[in-house]
Amino acid sequence: MADTTAPTPLIDMRKISIAFGGIRAVDDASIDLFPGEVVALLGHNGAGKSTLIKILSGAYKRDSGQIFVNGEEASISNPRDAKKYGIETIYQTLALADNVDAAANLFLGRELMTGWGTLDDGAMEAEARKVMGRLNPRFQRFKEPVVKLSGGQRQSVAIARAILFNARILIMDEPTAALGPQETAQVGELVMQLKADGIGIFLISHDIHDVFELADRVCVMKNGRVVGTARTSDVTQDEVLGMIILGKCPPGAIPGPGALKIAA
Amino acid sequence: MTDTTSNTPAADTGADRARESELSPVGRFLKATELDIRMLGMVGALLVIWVGIHLLSGGLFLTPRNLWNLSVQTSSVAIMATGMVLVIVMRNIDLSVGSVEGVIGMVMGVAQAEFLIRVMGFQLGNPWIWIIALAAGVVLGLMIGALQGFIIAYLEVPAFIVTLGGLLIWRGMAWLMTSGRTVAPLDATFQLMGGGPRGSIGATASWIVGILACVAVALMLLNGRSQRKRFKFPLRPVWAETLLGVVACAAILGAVWIANSYPWPIGIVRQYAQRTGITVPEGGLFIAHGIAIPVLIAVTVGIVMTFITSRTRFGRYVFAIGGNPEAAELAGINTRWVTMKVFMIMGVLAAISAAIASARLNASTNALGTLDELLVIAAAVIGGTSLAGGSGTVLGAMLGALLMQSLQSGMVLLGIDSPLQSVVVGAVLVVAVWLDTVYRKRV
Repeated sequence: MADTTAPTPLIDMRKISIAFGGIRAVDDASIDLFPGEVVALLGHNGAGKSTLIKILSGAYKRDSGQIFVNGEEASISNPRDAKKYGIETIYQTLALADNVDAAANLFLGRELMTGWGTLDDGAMEAEARKVMGRLNPRFQRFKEPVVKLSGGQRQSVAIARAILFNARILIMDEPTAALGPQETAQVGELVMQLKADGIGIFLISHDIHDVFELADRVCVMKNGRVVGTARTSDVTQDEVLGMIILGKCPPGAIPGPGALKIAA
Repeated sequence: MTDTTSNTPAADTGADRARESELSPVGRFLKATELDIRMLGMVGALLVIWVGIHLLSGGLFLTPRNLWNLSVQTSSVAIMATGMVLVIVMRNIDLSVGSVEGVIGMVMGVAQAEFLIRVMGFQLGNPWIWIIALAAGVVLGLMIGALQGFIIAYLEVPAFIVTLGGLLIWRGMAWLMTSGRTVAPLDATFQLMGGGPRGSIGATASWIVGILACVAVALMLLNGRSQRKRFKFPLRPVWAETLLGVVACAAILGAVWIANSYPWPIGIVRQYAQRTGITVPEGGLFIAHGIAIPVLIAVTVGIVMTFITSRTRFGRYVFAIGGNPEAAELAGINTRWVTMKVFMIMGVLAAISAAIASARLNASTNALGTLDELLVIAAAVIGGTSLAGGSGTVLGAMLGALLMQSLQSGMVLLGIDSPLQSVVVGAVLVVAVWLDTVYRKRV
């Protein structure tokens, strides 16, 4: 559907559904992502965007539907599986273990070990210094538990963790929600840099302004269904707002199953 | 190794230095030695209690004999407290350890005093008796821990409830084993785990252990330094490293010296002399106890548990789960299996404590370890383990156990009635945790 040069999408989620106790949180949703592309997922609170993305990152198990990674069907049933496919997630809540330091968080679940089978804290801290030096050169508080860090610093730890292991697909759930303007700009730059490296990014955001600046395409959800998908160059911000609020699909967008079914 | 400062940006060291000059002398000292203030506070409190009781009791407390006994009495609770740290760090609790200790003590007692001898036909004193009995106890501890851990982790019943049930169940089982009858005496070799003149390693071996420990401390400091050099991290000043080494070695050798200053009682010396055919010289023969075996076991457990918490992946996961269970799950950690393993470790430690406690009594009774769960939890909490999860140290918990035991045996020395002892211990627990809360808020 998109006129990208890449023949196969990095991620292709088809007809995904999940229900929690009778409520269909995600209903028949399909979405795809190509290398070097930023796709923004938009929608009200409870529209199902976080749930959809948590299925991709392995935090939830889908009831039905298929996920293809690089054209091959992937079985993702836990976070470990997702990481195997190069899918890394930065959660809205950051998902950091507050009581341990930055290096321990960066390597959580994938610790570096010495030849003796013990934790190689020195090597982990050295790696952490390298990657944090790229993201946030002024960061020096490597020995302190992350609970003592500022919001922006915690954010950089969460981002560093995601890019440390050569992610090919990055999911960012409200990456700038807790940040000041300067740090938000920093995250924007980072998104551009990762995009240039050929990483595909799913961006979940409330800030429509941010989205138009960073994303190549938008995908709007409402009540668990996809209203429509559109290139950001083909639609206006007002039209996207119409999709979010009313579920009305504008002419520049490809309607999904959740689009308002009345003749305009 | 190249120059260690070459890799650090100049601006950063400048900032560090600026920050350092703002600190008071005490602050600079703490920064240089990287010592934990809370731990120093505990050691300080312990010393205050020791000196206070010593003065109040007219010089009875700080004697080799009393300190040696104190070390033996602390062992059993200290061992279990190291496991309770992991349990509490993971935001769980284990109320069953006292009862688990009781039932395992009973099983080990029945195995060595009755089953192996009467049913299996072992000769009294056969060295396999104590080995089989101890192994049976450890395996049983592992299984009880696995069962409780499975119910907590996989069936999602709260740890409080599961172990409250365990508290009743295992105590009942201990009674049912022999219908309440006490099993005694225990195997002679098994008894060595309880301390006493024979259950100590003597003066020479104690000095060897002490010197080996000092060498180990020096090697650890040197290794830490070379690791930091390898990655060009800031080093501790040489004077701070030396000071730490000297203080640690002095403490170790001091403890050995105290243990070696406590002689065997006259009666036991006389028996020993008769058996070996030595003539006791005028004024008696001085045979030192040296370090008691239960204390050696406790120290070994402490070292192993410290290693597990700070140097292994498992230990890292325990703390990460305690800090943020959801984050740990999302990082791909199998939180359920880690939870179950923590309870299995707790079960094994309860078995070791049971061996020490019953060997010391030279009997297995169904009351063994009654109320120990509360002492163990109190020791861990006084030692700085946060009930909110995520923080705690093995060393702190062991010091906490020592502090509780010091108070209790100190009050016995002072002739304080047991109801009043409970009042004091209870008050100390609450005050200690309150002080810790105040400390956490300020830092």
